[in-house]
Amino acid sequence: MKRATIDLWVGIFVAIGLVSLVFLALKVGNLMTWSRAPGYHIEAYFDNIGGLKVRAPVKAAGVVVGRVEQISLDPTLYEAVATLNIQQQYRFSRDTIASVLTSGLLGEVYIGLDVGGDEEMLGEGDRVGKTQSAIVLEKLVGQFMLNQASSSATKDH
Amino acid sequence: MNMALNALRRLGNATLKTLVHLGFICRFFFAVLRHSPAAFFRFPLTMREIYFAGVLSLVIILVSGLFIGMVLALQGYDILSTYGASESLGVLVALAMLRELGPVVAALLFAGRAGSAITAEIGLMKTTEQLLAMEMMAVDPLARVAAPRFWGGVISMPLLAALFSTAAIFGAYLIAVQLIGMDNGAFWGNMQAAVDVRTDVMNSMVKSLVFGVIVTLTAVFEGFDTKPTAEGVSSATTRTVVHASLAILAADFIMTIFMFRGV
Repeated sequence: MKRATIDLWVGIFVAIGLVSLVFLALKVGNLMTWSRAPGYHIEAYFDNIGGLKVRAPVKAAGVVVGRVEQISLDPTLYEAVATLNIQQQYRFSRDTIASVLTSGLLGEVYIGLDVGGDEEMLGEGDRVGKTQSAIVLEKLVGQFMLNQASSSATKDH
Repeated sequence: MNMALNALRRLGNATLKTLVHLGFICRFFFAVLRHSPAAFFRFPLTMREIYFAGVLSLVIILVSGLFIGMVLALQGYDILSTYGASESLGVLVALAMLRELGPVVAALLFAGRAGSAITAEIGLMKTTEQLLAMEMMAVDPLARVAAPRFWGGVISMPLLAALFSTAAIFGAYLIAVQLIGMDNGAFWGNMQAAVDVRTDVMNSMVKSLVFGVIVTLTAVFEGFDTKPTAEGVSSATTRTVVHASLAILAADFIMTIFMFRGV
């Protein structure tokens, strides 16, 4: 086979291989949002974060505005500290409420921000004042069972 | 007593043989690496091997990728819709392809399509004493025959794996959106939200690169290790496909442990 023909075919092969890589990165993996857009960090303290994971979305009114960057335990308060990376263009007031929510019954766990009315805005390193912990399904079920048991016990008497 | 002794002797012999073989493969690997600059200084040789290993594998890779994607979409839709989660079909297909099926199945096909051809070619060269003739002419067969084939395969494999995953995702799109009538936005949007470029796409490429090394090293080694008979070539070709496939699956298991354990 002539060298030019081989070169042509190898060129085509490499070209469509690279195009498919770009396709995987952009269309499938969405590299645009992955790029570390400059953002600022805020901290939120929770009694219980449930199944929250690093890189979980932070949503305000259902719109993704940032990601959970780090989760740790405060050694003195024994509370979970979630460090949130919020995109630069979004600002939230100081009395914003952060809550750990689940989309649907089995869906992903995310942090929802409910904006308050304070004039002052949260900045880099600030702490969210009010938080609402995750609703742990097992605890709810346990409570329900307990209530059932106690109500049936009172009926018997 | 004698039989037990013989059995023990055979076991010891087999173990020693395997270990020697393994050491020989390692030595061969480093010899090929040492002769690799030759493959890049005379790049037309490597181009030719990329053509034979990569371009000629395109059809089987694209067609099987397309069908695997379509089947995965049909089966996934069937199961996911019972949980009311059929919107996650794109996520299922994309993650399954990128993390596991894409690199592994593409490498298995590559071992069958290109690896066997490399072994048969080198084995026949050895049987017909072409390799010896090269040495007589002071041409090192490792530099002239082994290194270009090795690098041709290593360069082709990640591109083939990417094409395989892409074809599968396209096949899933055809079934999910065009045939079943799923929402186009939900299909791509959920996929983009779930697929991470670093953990999924990059690891997919790392895996396929490692598989490329495994397949082509096995193929080139078995070619050089062939018994110079017709039977020897046939058994070497079989060994390439079997050993490369097993090594791919084992390496995939180990890499998956490291890549996706904490995610």
